[in-house]
Amino acid sequence: MTPSLEVSGLAYAYPDGTQALYGVDVTIGKGERVALLGPNGAGKTTLVLHLNGILHGGLGTVRVGGLTVDPKDRKGLREIRRRVGIVFQDPDDQLFMPTVREDVAFGPANLGVGGAELERRVETALARVGMLEVADRPPQHLSFGQRRRVAVATVLAMEPEILVLDEPSSNLDPAGRRELAEILLGLDVTMLMVTHDLPYAAELCPRSLVLSGGVIAADGPTPEVLGDEALLRAHRLELPYGFDPAFFARR
Amino acid sequence: MTGLGHRLHRPGSTPVHRLPPQCKLVATAAFVLAVVCTPREAVWAFGGFALLLAAVAALARVTPGFLVRRMAVEVPFVAFAVLLPFVARGPRVEVLGLALSQSGLWSAWNILAKASLGTAASVLLAATTEPRQLLLGLERLRLPPLLVQIATFMLRYADVIVGEMRRMRLARAARGFDGRDVRAFGVLARSAGALFLRSYERGERVYLAMLSRGYDGRMPVLNEIAATRAQWAVAAVLPVAAVLVASGAWMVG
Ligand SMILES: Nc1ncnc2c1ncn2[C@@H]1O[C@H](COP(=O)(O)OP(=O)(O)OP(=O)(O)O)[C@@H](O)[C@H]1O
Ligand SMILES: [Mg+2]
Repeated sequence: MTPSLEVSGLAYAYPDGTQALYGVDVTIGKGERVALLGPNGAGKTTLVLHLNGILHGGLGTVRVGGLTVDPKDRKGLREIRRRVGIVFQDPDDQLFMPTVREDVAFGPANLGVGGAELERRVETALARVGMLEVADRPPQHLSFGQRRRVAVATVLAMEPEILVLDEPSSNLDPAGRRELAEILLGLDVTMLMVTHDLPYAAELCPRSLVLSGGVIAADGPTPEVLGDEALLRAHRLELPYGFDPAFFARR
Repeated sequence: MTGLGHRLHRPGSTPVHRLPPQCKLVATAAFVLAVVCTPREAVWAFGGFALLLAAVAALARVTPGFLVRRMAVEVPFVAFAVLLPFVARGPRVEVLGLALSQSGLWSAWNILAKASLGTAASVLLAATTEPRQLLLGLERLRLPPLLVQIATFMLRYADVIVGEMRRMRLARAARGFDGRDVRAFGVLARSAGALFLRSYERGERVYLAMLSRGYDGRMPVLNEIAATRAQWAVAAVLPVAAVLVASGAWMVG
């Protein structure tokens, strides 16, 4: 079976000369849920922006479901952006339309979906994150947690094969964090989740990658990665006080 | 509710509120055009226009008090109009012991009457149409999509930017900054620069998010609902009546 995502030898420097990625290799199989861990400035967001061809021009290749990301191939890029749904860190960046409904419709409408099918997609996506009742409100009047959920819905409406989330639990209150986890666990997609919230990674993702200094420093089952104290210390990762990764290993 | 335009809007479900925005936009524009074309000497005609607007306001349940308060934007023009009878040349008339220019009086009346009617019509439009709906109306009237997009983004992000501004002011105040000093100008200028940069960077991030969801330079058409003939007919009542009054004024005068 072709893997959902194959990144090989990916290196990238920003136009100002900052080298953010130094050759990243990652393969993620269909239906896997993988956490991408790493300290601030490790290059996580940079990697994420490569997955649907927003950033390009460095070395290496990215393949999504066997299709190579090529910025010159406009039709292919469209297909890639349908397959890879990215939920950005700040929901205010993601929700730019005047109402929630229009925002959720934006993606599928760009893909050429319209009429009753568009309506159905919007309603299903909003229902999956429990936000159907705010459909006609402007995003700026929602609470932060509601906006984060709607941001997830905007991507779900595109029916992606890979869901990529950049720090989904940041700024959420504990209940909002748990509710989002329940929503994410209920989705049947390949998932790559960037997070600083190690217990969240342990709860949601059986496998973890550690990106540090622009290279993959570790790749393995989450309980093992989180159980390796030397590894965590070397890459500025810290478990919350009293947290025992073995608890998740036993589950 | 905060934000642009929300203070002008009065939610409701009267027939005026329910008309599609594009009909109301066209009706308002046509009404204002008829008013502007009316000769200033036909004083009765302006009374007629005012009555027409009063009827619409009553139908939309917009109270006279609200209308008058929201018409305050007009004040600078009023001030200008009041000056005219004093400064204009030509034959003079005696009013309350003051010698005023006759043509100046007519000009003042002309500005005052037409500006007030135009403002009142716009306030009525804004009071019965959400800002969002207004933009949809403009879009359906085939205004250049780029202009409508820019206005739509302004509407969406005005609150976000105002919020950012407020947080920056708080952050300054929390560190003992007092804006009432001449030396404060430098700090304020730098804050304004920072605000601009932040907004610019936000714009860039929003653009990335749009690209990620398949944006290719054109906004998808999501709200293409045409107004029915009946709705256009209802909306036409006001401008048609106004045009009748205006042509009456030309024929009499
Ligand atoms: N637009 C940009 N221009 C120049 N350099 C950048 C830009 N964006 C990020 N960088 C640099 O690239 C490196 C990787 O940044 P990136 O945002 O990918 O890190 P991250 O792992 O997402 O960090 P965080 O956990 O803080 O979100 C950093 O050194 C950063 O300073
Ligand atoms: Mg980041």
